[in-house]
Amino acid sequence: MRPLAKLATGIEGFDALSHGGLPRQRTSLLIGGPGAGKTVFALQCLVNAVRRSRAPGIFVAFEESPGQIVANGATFDWGLAKLSPRQLFFMDANLSPTAVKAGDFDLAGMLAMLTAKKKEIGAQWIVFDGADVLLTLLQDPVAEMREIYRIRDWLAQNALTAIITAKLEDRTSEAVHYGFLQFMADCVVRFERRQEDRVSTPSLQITKYRGSGYAAAEFPMSFGPSGIEVGAAGPVEIVHGASSERVTAGFKRLDSMLGGGVFRGSSTLITGVPGTSKTTLAGKFAESACRRGERTLFVSFDEGAEQIARNLTSVGIELKAHVKSGLLRMYSARTEGLSAEEHLLKLRSLIREHQPRCMVIDPLTAIAKAGSLGAARTVANRLIYTTKDAGITLLVTALSEAEDPRAEATDLQVSTIADTWIHLSYLVRSGERNRALTIIKSRGTAHSNQVRELVLSRSGPTLTDVYSAGGEVLMGTLRWEKEAEDSARKTRHRAEFDQKRRELQFAEASTSAGIKALELDLQRQRAELALYSGQDEVSSVSSTARENELRKRRSADAADQPARKSGNGAAK
Amino acid sequence: MSRRPPKRKASGARTTTVVVLRLYIVGGAPNSVQAVANLEAICREHLPDGHRLEVVDVLEHPQRAMAEGVLVTPSLSKLSPLPAANVVGNLSDRDKVLLALGIKRAAATR
Repeated sequence: MRPLAKLATGIEGFDALSHGGLPRQRTSLLIGGPGAGKTVFALQCLVNAVRRSRAPGIFVAFEESPGQIVANGATFDWGLAKLSPRQLFFMDANLSPTAVKAGDFDLAGMLAMLTAKKKEIGAQWIVFDGADVLLTLLQDPVAEMREIYRIRDWLAQNALTAIITAKLEDRTSEAVHYGFLQFMADCVVRFERRQEDRVSTPSLQITKYRGSGYAAAEFPMSFGPSGIEVGAAGPVEIVHGASSERVTAGFKRLDSMLGGGVFRGSSTLITGVPGTSKTTLAGKFAESACRRGERTLFVSFDEGAEQIARNLTSVGIELKAHVKSGLLRMYSARTEGLSAEEHLLKLRSLIREHQPRCMVIDPLTAIAKAGSLGAARTVANRLIYTTKDAGITLLVTALSEAEDPRAEATDLQVSTIADTWIHLSYLVRSGERNRALTIIKSRGTAHSNQVRELVLSRSGPTLTDVYSAGGEVLMGTLRWEKEAEDSARKTRHRAEFDQKRRELQFAEASTSAGIKALELDLQRQRAELALYSGQDEVSSVSSTARENELRKRRSADAADQPARKSGNGAAK
Repeated sequence: MSRRPPKRKASGARTTTVVVLRLYIVGGAPNSVQAVANLEAICREHLPDGHRLEVVDVLEHPQRAMAEGVLVTPSLSKLSPLPAANVVGNLSDRDKVLLALGIKRAAATR
């Protein structure tokens, strides 16, 4: 058998969880309470079919008048009013309240009219909105069943992709009234609107899909400027590209702790209790992104953009100029009363609008203020995946209630998805409170495991050198003391060293002076020695000459040779 | 209404105004066939001299039927005299039909 052909609805998220959309030329049933979004969903399918694939459609309105439906649809950016009746035809199927019912009737006439209309405009889609109203009119279970079968046969003959919506007050009445409807439909989607902590959260769930797999969970949905968006988790397989390019996390010393910065397109989480300068780090990140000339989106919750920009100026972070140049878009929102879904929707539209390469959300935890925590969690996850898909380098801050970074894990659970997790805390010692920065994790990076002191100055945030004593990192004045002490010790060392060197130089000088003196003495002694041996020769020569002289005077024969001296002696 | 006992003898109504009726049907559909028969009987009995009936087959004139606001079939419209009235169904409930068309009430008030 051929796999079931599907038509994409163009509704964000729904096509993913239904594995391709609604069954083509089959019937889908949307059931749910009033205001759950059935009509909008159905109308959006028709509008998308016209806009995306030029497939005309017919909308049969049993409940509201076409005028009302068009007016409601005009709140979305579909350009509904511009569509001609040849593209999207509305049939007013409201039975006049003054009409008197006198005996059985059927839908044969209506279907005949619709057949003609379908042929006229070449419709491929049809919506029966508010089938429950129609069935109520019939007031007879047998007639209801008969007419449902009539519609089913008609749809089958006309090869139309159909959506039937039906109101459902509570789940128990459903089996009785819509059993046949459910039976004839190949795909059943249930819409619900639930109250969760003051915020009403609409959701949808596919409960049946003949011949097709689907994501069976209940998915949150939201109504935005473009209509319904379903918060599907997206495809199960994660397929974002992974860049090995590094971008700065804000300043140099932090980058070197992170092994050169954060990866392009990665997400960074900064946690910390209030006042640990999460916003400052976020601001620094945004500023450096702007300096690189990258479009940046700065989202802040419950704090005005102007105020943030002003406060950051005091630590040397200039955002206003970048806002003016259009590079930086700052968006501030109140969190009260809005559900996480609505926030997500707004952020998505901002991303589409501004096309940022870097993005900051400060603090992300604010979206969990209203509505259920579960919803906020999925929103946080989807937000991070959205930015990942778009290749946006994201930095989010999260308020943690406790000093222990692990406490964050119980809140939004972003820490498991974030690629880098920086925790800021206060260390209180010796009557001081100092900011400490720790990198808890950084995927794919040999990051520093040191706790560093974060110091804010007029030139921006920076990290100080590590001073540890007794296995503890020193901060604040303790660190300053230690630094001062170290520097004093160094000076002392240098002085001592210089002293020693001078002494040695002196000793060396005196030794070499001694050597010089001794050498001179040696020379003198040698000279003296030489003198002595010279005198001895002179004296021996002169004695021979004297003997000869004496012999001459004694008229003896002169001694020829000194060797005969002894002879001379003998001769004596 | 409750003060006066309803009179079954509607034929006593002498009306000089012509009642203009239009019945939308789907040719061959059981309810439609029945409606035509029922209406013809009513007209014979209650409007012997002053009525004009047009039967429109939606299968043949779907566009016209849609333009005229027909939804379900069979569907009967009283176009004149005013007030206009709409009756849906196979017209088997004769009392309701007469009441809706103003024939019965007119008879009762006289």
